[in-house]
Amino acid sequence: MLLAAVFVLSAAAIACEILLMRLFSIVAWHHFAYMIISLALLGYGISGSIIAFAREWLLRRFRLVIATCCAGFTLLTVASFALAQILPFNPLEIYWDMAQLAWLAAIYLCLALPFLCAATAIGLALSQAGQGVGKVYFADLLGAGTGAPAIIAAMFWLPPEQCLKLVAAAGLVAAALILLRKPRRVMPAIGVLLVGIALALPWPAPWLEPRISPYKGLPQTLALPGMALVADRPSPLGHVSVVEAREVPLRHAPGLSLAATMPIPDQVGLFIDGDALTAITRFDGDTAPLAFLDQQIAALPYHLLVAPEVLVLGAGGGADVLRALYHGAKRVDAVELNSRIAELVRGRYGDFSGNLYDRPEVQLHVAEARAFLAHSRKQYDLIQISLLDSFAAAAAGLYALNESTLYTVEAIAAMLRRLKPAGLISITRWLKNPPRDNVRLFATAVAALKAQGVKRPGKRLALIRSWDTVTLLVANDPIPAEAIGRVRAFADRRGFDPVFFDGISDAEVNKRNVLARPFLYEAAVALLGPEAAAFTKAYAYDISPTTDDRPYFFHTLKLGQLKTILSATGPGRATLIEWGYVVLWATLAQAVIASVLLILLPLKTLSRAPAAGGARLRTLIYFAALGFGFLFLEIAFMQRFTLYLGHPLYAVAVVLSAFLIFAGAGSRTSAWLAARLGAVFSLRLAVAALIALALAYLALFPALPATAVGAGVAWLRVLFAVALIAPLAFAMGFPFPLGLAALDARAAHLVPWAWGINGCASVISAALATLLAIEFGFTTVVLAAAGFYVVAAMTFRGGAVPPPSIRIWETTKLPRLLSRFW
Amino acid sequence: MKHLMILLWPAVWLVLGTDAPVLADDIADAHSRMIRTVKAMAQITPIAGKKHPISIKVLAAMGQVKRHKFVPRVRRSLAYENRPLPIGHGQTISQPYMVALMTDLLELEKGDTVFEMGTGSGYQAAVLAALGVRVQTVEIIKDLADEAKARLRELNYSHVTVRWADGYYGDPENAPFDGIIITAAASHIPPPLIAQLKPGGRMIIPVGPKFMAQQLVLVSKASDGKVTTRRLLPVAFVPVTRTRKP
Repeated sequence: MLLAAVFVLSAAAIACEILLMRLFSIVAWHHFAYMIISLALLGYGISGSIIAFAREWLLRRFRLVIATCCAGFTLLTVASFALAQILPFNPLEIYWDMAQLAWLAAIYLCLALPFLCAATAIGLALSQAGQGVGKVYFADLLGAGTGAPAIIAAMFWLPPEQCLKLVAAAGLVAAALILLRKPRRVMPAIGVLLVGIALALPWPAPWLEPRISPYKGLPQTLALPGMALVADRPSPLGHVSVVEAREVPLRHAPGLSLAATMPIPDQVGLFIDGDALTAITRFDGDTAPLAFLDQQIAALPYHLLVAPEVLVLGAGGGADVLRALYHGAKRVDAVELNSRIAELVRGRYGDFSGNLYDRPEVQLHVAEARAFLAHSRKQYDLIQISLLDSFAAAAAGLYALNESTLYTVEAIAAMLRRLKPAGLISITRWLKNPPRDNVRLFATAVAALKAQGVKRPGKRLALIRSWDTVTLLVANDPIPAEAIGRVRAFADRRGFDPVFFDGISDAEVNKRNVLARPFLYEAAVALLGPEAAAFTKAYAYDISPTTDDRPYFFHTLKLGQLKTILSATGPGRATLIEWGYVVLWATLAQAVIASVLLILLPLKTLSRAPAAGGARLRTLIYFAALGFGFLFLEIAFMQRFTLYLGHPLYAVAVVLSAFLIFAGAGSRTSAWLAARLGAVFSLRLAVAALIALALAYLALFPALPATAVGAGVAWLRVLFAVALIAPLAFAMGFPFPLGLAALDARAAHLVPWAWGINGCASVISAALATLLAIEFGFTTVVLAAAGFYVVAAMTFRGGAVPPPSIRIWETTKLPRLLSRFW
Repeated sequence: MKHLMILLWPAVWLVLGTDAPVLADDIADAHSRMIRTVKAMAQITPIAGKKHPISIKVLAAMGQVKRHKFVPRVRRSLAYENRPLPIGHGQTISQPYMVALMTDLLELEKGDTVFEMGTGSGYQAAVLAALGVRVQTVEIIKDLADEAKARLRELNYSHVTVRWADGYYGDPENAPFDGIIITAAASHIPPPLIAQLKPGGRMIIPVGPKFMAQQLVLVSKASDGKVTTRRLLPVAFVPVTRTRKP
């Protein structure tokens, strides 16, 4: 029953992690959620220290302690979230108010508690297992591998606060399973379950409902008279809140011309995670009231095309689709990732939206944009992407951590392949000041065109801007002079500024919406000229083209420029920084400091016990290297498979589960193999195999999305991904239990310490892997992981496991032959 | 236990420290210190690449308006710090330097009329009134509008009219205006307000997230009615050190 309890608790712990991340993304902002949950996971590190201090005492009360931890997990999962919500933490005020840091620390501590409980139970189970550690670790990984997809599925149907109760209840099941050991213990087990449920589940709903920061878009809108929150649609892709404006209209029209005098029709607001707004506009089949759509900057491409066939990526509430209909598009394919938004437009607001997504000329695809581009065979006159991110978040640089595979050289190349002759890609983005991502988008488009063999990319690009938005056109053929004339006329009539097109002059730019200098125009000209490389280098922000290997489009901060930025004077300095990136560094720094403390603290106790020379240092290096290696590989491959599987959620569910479950299987097999081949050889074999596979996949990935494997058939792609992950993860499952078993034989008191080190290393490596990927790309992350595994293999000395005994290996002498090379 | 107290200290400080009684002399000191800070900040902050000192009359107006009267009681001890503060309802009172800068950029004369969309605490309107400007201000959040109205009446700002209304369509009865301030966030600049700006008039809009709204958009209408916008970033920074002419 212990293994079953570990399985359930491990599933609950990972579900709790995913869920809290979701909840804090709704309450606050994604990057803060990331930092808070990362640091809360240090609960794993703390558990290692606690067990190391009181190992004997805890082991003597083994089942009681584990049952208590399970019950504690149940209580604290709900209680700590409720408490963390009451704390008056306002992330936006950190810049002004140091007291906020104390509240932030209080939130970490609060949320670390449930993880501490779960980790103490699992760590204790591992400490007690001795040579059977592989089985416990198997149960742990299998549980995590089951918990992750289970909670993602649950988040589609239940609001996150209900999911939290579900997760809490799983802790009770684990507690009951532990107490079920003997038949006579059935009654106490049932008793624990019932009392626990009575305590954990009837929490008043308002205590657990996410209290969204009042500075996010949803509460700001709801503060206006007549705004009504009429529905919530849970989704792991982003919680959708529906707001109806019954008094003051919503008037969502970004990039609107200052000269637009027509009214904006009624709109229903859809807020994603309480912030990013997309609106459903009232439509009754008559396009006349939609005239404002032609006054927005995103209308530009329609002035160059006649009755186009259009692909809208990120259709949301349908503004771009309506714009296409207003301009007489022949056919519109609308791609939207969040099925909840699609359901709302089609169902509840079907009449309101004029059944927009069910019109004969419109076809809706619930899909991820890159996957749609890779698998569609249709050709379009226009591919449009407009303002997918919210202005406030973009302005503060909160997206710096987000990978975006929509704005890479490969993505633009994929779009160009789907264009008819003379077709256009139109991308509208917020204008940052000083310009960063806008310049980078231009550079990325230039690189994509050059990669297609285009000699003079400048002839195929056009760029205009308003005071806060920019629209870039990328054409499949040179834009004719007559069309350029229409771009000029469009900008003139609406008060927008031409920024770049073939034949533009200095005198035309930066006239109506004035920047301190015509930065964008200068950048465009420089990027198309012979000095492009020098300009990119001299620019204060990283504007080099983004690729699939380093898809951090929003991250433009150059580390080398940090000093200049920090020494700039004036209150506008904060706008020069990307807060998402700062938060990542802050997470890493805090995790390292906390980890060093957590790892050093128990040493005092541990040094009293006898240990083989250098055992402690070797234990530290080995388990830290494993923590880093495992997560580095998992994170890097998760990103690459996301692109291949074509849906971030399926990718997380499939890749995470496959990694964990097959690593579990590897763990289960490790003792068997070690008994036959020896621990040292088994480990080296596993490490050699995983490095070989990781490097092979690295070479394979660039070709994956384009290959025919599973093209258009989702389940075939999933199967193929799992088949690729299985052997890699299987090998990755070996080192940890082999290390613990060896440690148990040589210095058993160090086992909990090793567990803590692994926990700390996992937290640090999650932040570090992201930083490495941002700065150097995913290839580097994989190579670094290989390095960590080599270090681990070199540190490993084996334990008291019997020597190799399989004759067939002995006769070939292969093991000893090979081991000489390591 | 001792360790626990240390952990709790910031919380204790926040609760007790901020509600401490403040003496009139202390307030006056803090107030003049704030004005000096604003002046100093203006000296090191270029606007559109040029030094932009705050005019004496704006600084004098800021010196007249008691900011602590516009700040929630629990935050009073911070009232004269050069920082934005929360005023409830998800709204903030702007950083004093930004208030000074926005007021200054409007280039107003005594007797001018200004429309403000988003009254908030009423502090900006009070500073404008102290300049001798007539202010029509609208606030869409009822509680804030009521509080600001009562506060400004109590402080005798008779040139300010506070209304609880949606500011999108401006105030056609009192239009056109010499200056317009939009502090309430919107997805776009309301075109009706552009129409209500006098030729030669100026409109100012802080942009960016709350507590970090450190960029301004200045909209000016020329005497021929031509509208120009200008993005102003109050910081000494140039993204590229070297550019070549095409």
